Amino acid sequence: MKILVPVKRVIDYNVKPRVKADGSGVDLANVKMSMNPFDEIAVEEAIRIKEAGKAEEIIAVSIGPAKAQETLRTALAMGADRAILVETDDEVEPLAVAKILKAVAEEEQPGLIMLGKQAIDDDSNQTGQMLAALMGRPQGTFANTVEVEGDSVTVKREVDGGLQTVKLTLPAIVTTDLRLNEPRYASLPNIMKAKKKPLDTKSPAHFGVDTAPRLTTTNVSEPPVRQAGEKVEDVDALVAKIKALGIA
Amino acid sequence: MGDGILNETFPEIREAVRRLCARFPGEYWRKLDRERAYPSEFVAALTEAGFLSVLIPEEYGGSGLGLEAACAVLEEIHRSGSNGGACHAQMYTMGTLLKHGSEEQKRHYLPKIASGELRLQAFGVTEPGAGTDTTRISTFARREGDDYVVNGQKIWISRAEHSDLMVLLCRTTPREECAKPSDGMSVLLVDMREAVGNGLTIRPVRTMLNHATTELFFDDLRVPASALIGEEGKGFRYILSGMNAERILIASECIGDGRFFIDRAAAYAKDRSVFGRAIGENQGVQFPIARAYVQLSAAAEMVTKAARMFDAGETAGTEANMAKMLASEASWAAADMCIQTHGGFGFAEEYDIERKFRETRLYQVAPISTNLILSHVATHVLDLPKSF
Ligand SMILES: Cc1cc2nc3c(=O)[nH]c(=O)nc-3n(C[C@H](O)[C@H](O)[C@H](O)COP(=O)(O)OP(=O)(O)OC[C@H]3O[C@@H](n4cnc5c(N)ncnc54)[C@H](O)[C@@H]3O)c2cc1C
Repeated sequence: MKILVPVKRVIDYNVKPRVKADGSGVDLANVKMSMNPFDEIAVEEAIRIKEAGKAEEIIAVSIGPAKAQETLRTALAMGADRAILVETDDEVEPLAVAKILKAVAEEEQPGLIMLGKQAIDDDSNQTGQMLAALMGRPQGTFANTVEVEGDSVTVKREVDGGLQTVKLTLPAIVTTDLRLNEPRYASLPNIMKAKKKPLDTKSPAHFGVDTAPRLTTTNVSEPPVRQAGEKVEDVDALVAKIKALGIA
Repeated sequence: MGDGILNETFPEIREAVRRLCARFPGEYWRKLDRERAYPSEFVAALTEAGFLSVLIPEEYGGSGLGLEAACAVLEEIHRSGSNGGACHAQMYTMGTLLKHGSEEQKRHYLPKIASGELRLQAFGVTEPGAGTDTTRISTFARREGDDYVVNGQKIWISRAEHSDLMVLLCRTTPREECAKPSDGMSVLLVDMREAVGNGLTIRPVRTMLNHATTELFFDDLRVPASALIGEEGKGFRYILSGMNAERILIASECIGDGRFFIDRAAAYAKDRSVFGRAIGENQGVQFPIARAYVQLSAAAEMVTKAARMFDAGETAGTEANMAKMLASEASWAAADMCIQTHGGFGFAEEYDIERKFRETRLYQVAPISTNLILSHVATHVLDLPKSF
């Protein structure tokens, strides 16, 4: 079985984003970029499945600018076998990403497509679901645990108030949640090996996908500054305060 | 972004090291510091991830990268708040073996050193009676049949209790009988596992930092003659070339420490509010941080220059010395600034600053003290008269 793992290059999770003065978006000039943390979890899970002998090959794919090669090399250093960059400098919305991934999947025929549940830049949380719908394949989103067994995969999903277990017939789409695993850091020998692993570059046109945006961003603004809270002495004071505020 | 993360060298290596170190946060180091305990888990993680065998050629199981890559590893370790002192020697002590050992010795030891199966962490030069004047060492290895019999004493030999092998410098001909004082010394690769209790006694020395340093006592320790590296009598020269690598690597640790202090100070200055505003809004607080950054940046350039020269096969002795001096002074200045920026909180263990402050002070003394560097520059570069 092959596992396809889409990885996105996003603003590093340690960086405090700055909104552009004209409100058109976030300023990405001179900002550190990294692999979307949920995608790292997806790469890690794919490697664990392969290490357990349940997959033969892991293919990392990224849709984005030439610099996304770095993100793919990170996936290769963690343990993916080869990579595909679908290169474009345009902003690609979740629907177009899903269409490109569908086309890649048609070429590669993976048994499992493992995505992050969302990217931390736009927090859309759509690509996995759209991909499953476009492909007409089952989906297990917000995975907390993933167990591949024969021709199916069992996914425990993080839902409000607990875990829901679903069993999907392969090929299937899984999106990862935060607690699925702790991604490994690359070892030095693997960083060196990753430089020699194959990385193909293609274009959205190669897959016949029109990436023109369907949405218009009207404004991006900083979240309102949180007001400082108030400290109370004890539980009685807390209860009194809540009553006074009319919350309870 | 002023911290250079965007155009840093070896970005993948640095990122992987940062990730690894993130699993060893301040509380891990504070606990070890309190107990003066060895960071075994940290060293194991670095070993397993291959970061300590950067410099070992690929044919012997390492990554075969240069000193500049090794510097990137140590700098990131130190910038993260961790400390490479417990294991940096595993990177470079093998250089003596690699450069001067026989093919048989290299085939036998290097792959195991690369995998971490054998720890070569101990480097025994300094003696109480000789100090910096290495030609005055008196630990003596007397040839007896197929063995050397070693007698004498060493001090400040770090990690001896956590090492399987030690590169030991000792006299094989008394100083008075040599044409030059630097002749007549030899290098033995001592197997600590066999030596301890059979003529070698290790005694820990408690210091102001957690550094696992020790005193060694040799009392008729028998070492097989096959443990001799290179030729008898040429040991001092063998050790010297390794010392340049050591100085450049230590300098990169200082750069990492300096970045730690500057990162912490800048963040705290933005965050801490006194008199109704962030302390960092006062130039009296900003400027020392900026000054530390300027000083450290200049030192970092010198470290990179020395590392690149070393990697290009040049001796780089003077540059290694200058890099170590500049970097150790810059990190110390940054440490002092960082305490001042933090006010009282700089003294609280919880902030890790007082620990790093103690740790980074070492590097103006070891592995070579500042005066000896100045003396080198004065006499070797500027041709001033020798004072000793
Ligand atoms: C924590 C720690 C770990 C160490 N680890 C190791 C190790 O693993 N292996 C090892 O071999 N050694 C190790 N050392 C030893 C270290 O390299 C020496 O301490 C250092 O080289 C200084 O030597 P010394 O302590 O004998 O000082 P001394 O030689 O006694 O010098 C004392 C002071 O006098 C100055 N001085 C001496 N002579 C002159 C002169 N002619 N002109 C001007 N100034 C002079 C020196 O600069 C120094 O400031 C370690 C030391 C420490 C503290």
